[in-house]
Amino acid sequence: MNQRTTILEVATAWVLAFLWIAPLAYALWSSLHPAAFATSFSLSAPWTLENFARAWHQAPFGRYYLNTIMLVSLILAGQLVLSTLAAYAFVHFKFRGSGIAFALTLLQLMIMPDVLIVENYRLISKLGLLDTIPAIALPYMASAFAIFLLRQTFKSVPRELIEAARVEGAGALQILWRVYVPLARPTYVAFALVSVSYHWNNFLWPLIVTNSVESRPLTVGLAVFGAPETGVDWSVINAATVMTMAPLLIAFLIFQRQFVQSFMRAGIR
Amino acid sequence: MRMFKFAVTAGAMLVVFAASAGSVGAVDLTMYYPVAVGGPVTKVIDGMVERFEQKNPDIKVTAVYAGNYTDTMTKAMTAMKGGQPPQLSVLLSTDVFTLRDENAIVPIDDLVADKAWFKSFYPAFMANGQIDGKTWSIPFQRSTIVLYWNKDAFKEAGLDPEKAPASWEEMAAMGAKLVQKDASGNVTRWGVEIPSTGYAYWMLQALAIQNGQKMMNEAGTEVYLTAPKTVEALEYWVNLSRKDKVMPTGTIDWATLRTDFVEGKTAMMWHTTGNLTAVKDSAKFNFGVAVLPAKERRGSPTGGGNFYVFKGASPERQKAAVKFIEWMAAPEQAAEWSIKTGYVAVSPAAYKTPAMEEYAKNFPPAVVARDQLDQAVPELSVHENGRIYKFVGDAVQAAVTGSQKPQEALAAAQQQADRVLKAYQ
Amino acid sequence: MTGWAGPRTGSHAWMNAVNAWLLLLPAAVLLVAFTHYPVLATIRSSLFVARRNGTQVFAGLDNYRAMFDDAIFWKALGNNIWFAFGTVPTSIALALLMALWVNRNIRGRGFLRLAYFTPTVLPMIAVANIWLFFYTPDYGLLDQLRALAGSPGWNWLGDPRTVMVCLIVMVIWKEAGFFMIFYLAALQQIPPDLNEAAAVEGAGRLYILRRVTVPLLMPATLFIAINAVINSFKLVDHLVIMTKGGPNNASTLLLYYIYEVAFTFQDSAYAATLTVVLVVILSALALIKFGYFDRRIHYQ
Repeated sequence: MNQRTTILEVATAWVLAFLWIAPLAYALWSSLHPAAFATSFSLSAPWTLENFARAWHQAPFGRYYLNTIMLVSLILAGQLVLSTLAAYAFVHFKFRGSGIAFALTLLQLMIMPDVLIVENYRLISKLGLLDTIPAIALPYMASAFAIFLLRQTFKSVPRELIEAARVEGAGALQILWRVYVPLARPTYVAFALVSVSYHWNNFLWPLIVTNSVESRPLTVGLAVFGAPETGVDWSVINAATVMTMAPLLIAFLIFQRQFVQSFMRAGIR
Repeated sequence: MRMFKFAVTAGAMLVVFAASAGSVGAVDLTMYYPVAVGGPVTKVIDGMVERFEQKNPDIKVTAVYAGNYTDTMTKAMTAMKGGQPPQLSVLLSTDVFTLRDENAIVPIDDLVADKAWFKSFYPAFMANGQIDGKTWSIPFQRSTIVLYWNKDAFKEAGLDPEKAPASWEEMAAMGAKLVQKDASGNVTRWGVEIPSTGYAYWMLQALAIQNGQKMMNEAGTEVYLTAPKTVEALEYWVNLSRKDKVMPTGTIDWATLRTDFVEGKTAMMWHTTGNLTAVKDSAKFNFGVAVLPAKERRGSPTGGGNFYVFKGASPERQKAAVKFIEWMAAPEQAAEWSIKTGYVAVSPAAYKTPAMEEYAKNFPPAVVARDQLDQAVPELSVHENGRIYKFVGDAVQAAVTGSQKPQEALAAAQQQADRVLKAYQ
Repeated sequence: MTGWAGPRTGSHAWMNAVNAWLLLLPAAVLLVAFTHYPVLATIRSSLFVARRNGTQVFAGLDNYRAMFDDAIFWKALGNNIWFAFGTVPTSIALALLMALWVNRNIRGRGFLRLAYFTPTVLPMIAVANIWLFFYTPDYGLLDQLRALAGSPGWNWLGDPRTVMVCLIVMVIWKEAGFFMIFYLAALQQIPPDLNEAAAVEGAGRLYILRRVTVPLLMPATLFIAINAVINSFKLVDHLVIMTKGGPNNASTLLLYYIYEVAFTFQDSAYAATLTVVLVVILSALALIKFGYFDRRIHYQ
């Protein structure tokens, strides 16, 4: 673009950016200073990690971290495997009913497990899996979104490579592993980032399906922690909030470009 | 030689077996409990559980904090319907009808050797849990609503700092004197605040009973929300903010009210006695605690949570659960719990323990809520209480925010409540 | 189409199909179990009423009749529509603005992009906690600012008139950056010569924006709009810790009401009925999305 941007525009963009970052900056500020300075912004306020220490002791955040990491890993692993196989089936094989199967798969893009909480809860309890991490993960492991993305990516694999592999005597699964998967790496990375972001931050379903500390992820832990009944000490609550957001936030800050590109790629249909 | 080796091995195996059998004998209990008051309550519970486990190494109790009363009930019911009920839980004393309807709990009578134990508790607290001749719950964190007042603020406003309002008129009048405004006319301190989120039905019940009106029948199948005296009670509440202007308009949050009081944003507050210790520890001014003011009579509903033993637990675990309950409700622990939170200790014996007598001597407010028991009535206890509480709470909120007149709001709530309760009549 | 199509007839075709279905099987099982089956089961549940002793009694459309009479249901539905109208157009407009700015060579645009996008990676619960503090009466940040300006404090979340607006503002804050990304992707697909050609002909920036850029972005806009509306039906995390649907249901949303009815009141039949409504709405949106978009994309 050759036309110059007016100063006014630049200023507006910056003001908006500051407004946008303000709430987060506030939470950080409040968590790093003693409670008395929660609402006053003097520059000479002492820095302290005490809020974090108190939050850490008031609730088992270490366990919550572990649970959340296990949860997103489990979900991602399941999603990658299942959707790779499914997308491969749709792309590499022509079989009767594949159109209908694919259309049915896409249903999940609209009607996600998040809205079917009542029935899904019933099913999970019938399976006897209540209050476990797999219980949170199961409804999400078959990801229509991932299947959709991978199918698109797989479709663009050059025919020559497939032929070449087949000539070498590779079976169907080997073709998948040696040709399709490596070429789809950018899609995998993009999807992984989107999936981890989504499931790290997921709340309602884990809230319903978990009861105890052993399976509770960070988001539910934060909600239970921040329940004002236990005392409305905003500095400590903000410290807990920061702890919940921190890993994703730090990952985002370091891998900004990858995050943005992942979401972009995921958005291009 | 080989015989010897064999004997040693067999002996060792026996020892190992016996040792593991010892740990196999350990009973595992899960308990959900709520926290609806301020302070490091979960830490207190953890401490008490630990001491119990030390005295009873064959019982392991996992106490799971599950949120407020509504959340805890939700969790317990959800867990039960999912096939994994807890063995015991602390739930509202008024959840008993709903729990019985859902076939969730067992009567405690059959699990206790000496039924005289039931008589050791305050009758006002046992009342909610005794239905059809059986006892379904044991009191634990019980309360009444009390009036907290800021003595320093009273003195400032020219009122006698040792006298709390004794009637509705007095409360409104004193409130008016206590309101403080800043230079631009904005209020910096209100006279009184009554919370309208969280457990608004509880507050309405207090006002209703002070006006001489019961809100439900004993069978828990009818509520009297549109009775003229109930409407009057809600009107008084609304007028405090709209006419007398001693209370802020809009909803007042249950959880932040305590902080409002402690920070001097309001000179009086109606709140559960369970907040007493939290207030005591954080208030930087002299404050007093009084029984609620009267209209036709004094009165407050009791409140708080009882222990329930859930069905589905093996007899062994049920017995262990009762053992835990007996310990937690014993005078020493009840006194400790009351001192650390402000809840009313559940038995007269608790008040006679040396620790409690000492505490009450130095801090008279600790017994105010107990003294109010004489004028206390059972809390609003009906079938499907959770839903009914929501209807009443919605009506209160509609009235205090000005969206509906008290009469209208209560009529709507009554209609919905009738629809739900019809199935039980 | 690339890929090995394989024979379509004969026993080889049969093996072919079997292989394909085997590959599909794990995903299919989970999809059916947690998406397709629940939809059907929900519809079925909504036609029954659960008695206290555990049995189910066929009740036909009784649950639906009760729902029509339920003021809270209508309030929740109305709130959802209000919520969608409040969040979607504004976030889209802001997202477009942000994307346009970030796409230019403005100094510090890396920071701009960071600032706009960061709220997206935060969990809604954390966002709710932060904004809950802003909206707390008297010592919350917003009221403190008002005090500086001399106005009295306000019970933002406790007043039915302001609670929805407050929640909408918070959600716009969270979502605008997310939509910005889609616009960025779309902007980068616009050939630069289009703009240059227009500039050569003397068109002003605003004119280019109006006549060239925005129309070209229409597919992206519609795509974002549909996604945003669908999201607005699913986003209820904040209600759990901010208002619990109050005051007096002023901020309740359909999914939150479903959660309340199902898990707090334990009325799963009625919850199923409400879920059916939600599924119908989402399906309608899906039809619009796929019906409309598939056609557009084909012609691009």
